[in-house]
Amino acid sequence: MIRFSHVHKLFARTGAALQDVSFQVNKGEFVFITGPSGAGKSTILKLCFFEERPSKGEVKVYGLSSAAFGPADVPRLRRRLGIVFQDFRLLEDRNVEANVAFALEVTGTPPSQIAPRVSRLLAQVGLSAKATALPQELSGGEQQRVAIARALANDPVALVADEPTGNLDERATRGIFQLFRDINSNGTAVLMATHDLDLVRRSGCRTIEVNRGQVVFDSASDGGFRPSGPLDATEDNA
Amino acid sequence: MRLAVREALLAFRRAPMLSALSITTIAFSLFAFGLFGLVALNIRNALRTVEDRVEIRAFVADGTGAEATGAALGDIGAFPEAASVRLVTQAQALDRARLELGEFSDVFEEGILPASIELRLKPGFRDPATVRAVAKRIDVYDFIDDIRFGEEWVEKLHRLRNIATLAGLSLGLTFAIVAIIIIGSTIRMAVMARSREIAIMRLVGATNGFIRAPFLIEGFLKGTLGGLLALVLAWVAVAVINRFVVQAAFFDSWMGAVGVLAGASIGLAGSALSVGRHLKRV
Repeated sequence: MIRFSHVHKLFARTGAALQDVSFQVNKGEFVFITGPSGAGKSTILKLCFFEERPSKGEVKVYGLSSAAFGPADVPRLRRRLGIVFQDFRLLEDRNVEANVAFALEVTGTPPSQIAPRVSRLLAQVGLSAKATALPQELSGGEQQRVAIARALANDPVALVADEPTGNLDERATRGIFQLFRDINSNGTAVLMATHDLDLVRRSGCRTIEVNRGQVVFDSASDGGFRPSGPLDATEDNA
Repeated sequence: MRLAVREALLAFRRAPMLSALSITTIAFSLFAFGLFGLVALNIRNALRTVEDRVEIRAFVADGTGAEATGAALGDIGAFPEAASVRLVTQAQALDRARLELGEFSDVFEEGILPASIELRLKPGFRDPATVRAVAKRIDVYDFIDDIRFGEEWVEKLHRLRNIATLAGLSLGLTFAIVAIIIIGSTIRMAVMARSREIAIMRLVGATNGFIRAPFLIEGFLKGTLGGLLALVLAWVAVAVINRFVVQAAFFDSWMGAVGVLAGASIGLAGSALSVGRHLKRV
């Protein structure tokens, strides 16, 4: 579903962000991307939803190759992916249901289908009672749930989440993670970048560790979850 | 399309101050351009009135037969440059002189003034070279004693017209460019204010065409409203000038429509450019 083949990413100002990164995320898989700040986690996610193009190598997502895509392919791909960020990226002047409906409206969903779908999505993320609230009236965890509902609006085959629990307290983090697990159990692949090593350890999910733009560990190929030592050490060195 | 129109209208409600600022900026930019247009229009009208008086007067020798002058009148009237041609007899010339110079009316005696052929030229044939060429063609008749067309005056008028046209074009172009820059910046501000919304639209898979549509509609509406407001301001300005300064002409309905359409086009083009640049950047 998502395949990185010898991907390099070079930024003009900051130099190499990724070097020879290769991995594959299969359908329905839950994968964590971990690593210290500046390791290249966000760059990997941006390459997944074609916000960036690789300088070398190939990224293939849901059949679409970074080597051969046109401007019209990007919106088509993003409708098949759900994207979630640490800072939620909600429209502050619209209420919860309008924020979720927005994703359906801009992708051309027939108006008659929007309201029932929004209700179903809000029920799925546990926010039916807050449908008319504005984002600033919600807690961080609730705002992230709205963002997740929006990301799910177009029935994505995969969710790409960049530090989705980075702004949340422990309790909200557990709730959001559980929500991702529930979504994943319904067959949606999840690729989540995070700093939260406790969360990663507890989950038992596949983990790809990145450091200085390179994949230094992949539990799928290196076997099991990496003990805490090296991961903490790299973070301390960052 | 329905969603694009709704989003465009909602933009006015969500940011009323910014929308009002955009419309006012467009209106005042077009108003400044419109005022200049009115000055140019009134100068052109004044010049046209003066130009209407450009005529060639060919004095007929005493004793010329009516047959000869009649034939000449027919020939000259058939010139492509001729707007009107008429014969002023000696008696008519005397009457006119007495009327125009009333206090010297007793000075003029019968037969003192010659008959003449007076030719007025069509617009577009009133430049010195054409007037001179037509005069030469009339001068070939044997019975023409003298021919006058105020050569120096025609040349001065022509020069004045050229200067007015050149100044009008360059000033008009400058005003138009300034208006486009100001309007473009205002619309750019409106686009920047909604950059978050644009970024979210792109993330959830909206096409560039879909993202552009509400901004284009918004720009078109703001431009149209700005154009209408500019027209109203210009009308008020002319009404005040008419009342307190001098009688001035206003745009006809066709020109007014072109002004509003210019506002709408600038709004549309400004939006297209701003949102296009923004989409390229994000």
